[in-house]
Amino acid sequence: MGEDSESPKINHSFLRDYVTEADVISTVEFNQTGDLLATGDKGGRVVIFQRETESKGECEELGESGEYNVYSTFQSHEPDFDYLKSLEIEEKINKIRWLPHQNAAHFLLSTNDKTIKLWKVSERDKRPEGYNLKDEEGRIKDVSTVTSLRVPVLKPTDLMVEVRPRRIFANGHTYHVNSISVNSDGETYLSADDLRINMWHLDITDRSFNIVDIKPANMEDLTEVITAAEFHPHHCHLFVYSSSKGTLRLCDMRESALCDKHSKIFEEPEDPGNRSFFSEIISSVSDVKFSHSGRYLLTRDYLTVKVWDLNMEKGPVETYQVHEYLRSKLCSLYENDCIFDKFECVWNSNDSVIMTGAYNSFFRMFDRETGRGVTLEAWRESSKPRAVLRTRRVYSGGRRRRGDVGVDSLDFSKKILHMAWHPAENIIAIAATNNLYIFQDRVNAENQ
Amino acid sequence: MFAEVTVRSMFSRPCYLPLHVMCVFEVYISLSCAFCRHGKRVEKLKMLFGLAVNEAKLTSQRTRLKNQNGFHLCRLSREVYTFVSPSRMSGSLLNMFSKGTKRKFSDGGEEISEEGLVGARVASSYSLQRQSLLDMSLIKLQLCHMLVEPNLCRSVLIANTVRQIQEEMTHDGSWHMVTEAFCNAGQSPSERLVATEVLCRSREQDAEPKVFSVISYEGCREEEVVADETLCSVSVRDTVSNVYLAGRMGQCWEKNELSGIERDEEVLEDSRLGSGEDEEINTEDEASTEGPKTIGQVFGTFEIKNGSPGPDSALEELFSDVDTSYYDLDTMLTGMQSAPKMGPYDLLDSLGPSHGSPSIVSTPNCRSDLNELDHIMEIIVGS
Repeated sequence: MGEDSESPKINHSFLRDYVTEADVISTVEFNQTGDLLATGDKGGRVVIFQRETESKGECEELGESGEYNVYSTFQSHEPDFDYLKSLEIEEKINKIRWLPHQNAAHFLLSTNDKTIKLWKVSERDKRPEGYNLKDEEGRIKDVSTVTSLRVPVLKPTDLMVEVRPRRIFANGHTYHVNSISVNSDGETYLSADDLRINMWHLDITDRSFNIVDIKPANMEDLTEVITAAEFHPHHCHLFVYSSSKGTLRLCDMRESALCDKHSKIFEEPEDPGNRSFFSEIISSVSDVKFSHSGRYLLTRDYLTVKVWDLNMEKGPVETYQVHEYLRSKLCSLYENDCIFDKFECVWNSNDSVIMTGAYNSFFRMFDRETGRGVTLEAWRESSKPRAVLRTRRVYSGGRRRRGDVGVDSLDFSKKILHMAWHPAENIIAIAATNNLYIFQDRVNAENQ
Repeated sequence: MFAEVTVRSMFSRPCYLPLHVMCVFEVYISLSCAFCRHGKRVEKLKMLFGLAVNEAKLTSQRTRLKNQNGFHLCRLSREVYTFVSPSRMSGSLLNMFSKGTKRKFSDGGEEISEEGLVGARVASSYSLQRQSLLDMSLIKLQLCHMLVEPNLCRSVLIANTVRQIQEEMTHDGSWHMVTEAFCNAGQSPSERLVATEVLCRSREQDAEPKVFSVISYEGCREEEVVADETLCSVSVRDTVSNVYLAGRMGQCWEKNELSGIERDEEVLEDSRLGSGEDEEINTEDEASTEGPKTIGQVFGTFEIKNGSPGPDSALEELFSDVDTSYYDLDTMLTGMQSAPKMGPYDLLDSLGPSHGSPSIVSTPNCRSDLNELDHIMEIIVGS
């Protein structure tokens, strides 16, 4: 191990893995049309992929089946140092959110633990040529050599993608920012850290509005933190935030300026039969997502995903077991800190299927209509490009089939935490450590 | 090129604590020279702790090195070691902590059987695992990354788990027994809590979950003290053997271990408390109707197992070449790392509004409190 190295550095194993550590993808997000896919990694970089439009048309499969290729890469956040606390601020990108497309350029928000930045991604594929006073290289021409006047024309050039920071929203958070969410009004967005939620205007960087504050007067009384927050997709006054105690709070900003008092609280009463010392930890909600319709909420806690109806607060309408076989292993998972992993969950385009990640490079999809779930694997060696993904199974009792994986042979270092689903089609992007997998659903029967 | 080993003990007289408490010696090994070889460090450790093992590998994170007193030295992380008493080395704890060092459990197993802790090796009793979980949680709270601000959510969840365990212990009555036994009944409440206050910075008078206010998100030192308080309180279990019993049977750790636990636990407690050699330990099953014991009696019943001339002298010998006046946490750690060690919430709290409890984040407070601690321990132990 790196711990016995003689250099006076503090954390050796981290340094040894530094090269690959920075490549670990920490967030994945499609834009509203699905043409662009952004990923953020632990090194503070953002990579944007663009879908290639199929120009061949008929000879390919019906419908668009473009591949995603790298469109642009830029360094979003740099490692920083908080001089007041003598602590480093990680440059890891916690979340990326695209803004609604309004003009030729694309805008996205990216955040690390402390600072949110608005980036403008614009293309340039033409440039003016034929200046009168400048020559091709841009040097000023000698006026005496100019004999005639001409109008500069735009000539196509190679595509150039420029990414520039347009706004930097700094110093808004004392604690670590875990979520950002763009409002449906297109002008504001919220950012949530462990104890507070702020609302910003996209054009104003020196002020933000605090809308939720759960910090107790005495930090010793702290028992609950905010784990995720999101605006309602249609109602610009509603947002929801989840807590480490497994509660969801829906807040209406019309009620009061400070939304400490929730409008609705969604909480499932604890099952006394399953009670253990880890009950609270595994009930902590790691991600919350509104459905596209705005009627349902999807939450992910350690062992399950739950679908909640906004109209019913007393419990979820659907619960799906993601990896129930881990329930007996909670103690070891607590010891190796895996129990604190924060998995994300996503809806598909028409809210009929939900997806979330698990360990061993597995991810799960649940069909809400049938209630059935399927386990798939995102692992390079087991799938060739364009091969059909086969379903996997974790063996935990009962009849063991070939290809089943035993619970004890699960690799807990290969976790699928981040994922995204295309807003309109069945295309999913899965982040597996430092690899990004993009899977498409080929509905056509002849391609099976 | 020499490795200077600095040992800072949480208790000045740890031997007086019962064996089933995790005796916490936090051994910070600061390398005075950056180029000290791994081998030299091992040698120094061997010399200091009288290791017989010559394949003590500092490479593995959970190395078990035994010293002559039978305390196992567990390496918790780089440069942080903890002595763990053998009785603590239950199967469950080992399983939780050891990855690949399971085979070494046989060493610990022999020790345990010598002490008559046959029951302990079952290691699946609810209370034992609960205690192990508590210890593990406390360690997790203490060991936080120095460079980057630790994850608040994780820390809150761990702290809540600790609170939950301690509340349950209170419900069991074990907590009350413990704090009663800890101090004479005749003392006034304020006196009663003098020791705990110094140790734990608890200002409340009752021993209810309020003691968990020390699970504060302030300075690291308080969290360490939490460990002290928890451990010492829990430990002084008197000779009542049934403290682990009571209402929590329903909440068993793993359902398949519920059967026959009551009987086993009593046996377990008896054997563990007495270390097999103390005839004062009575095995009555009913709730104790005896008056609270004096501190001396309480502490006196728990000796270090080996029967060495005096637990005191053994440890003195152990640390004879060690500068035990080196109490200052900040200074010590500054020698080791660039950033001062802070608890997870220390920095956060420093930003928040100041509240009533004095926060020990400054150096002089740290030192004075530790000196006070030492002083109090001396009084209690009656050395």
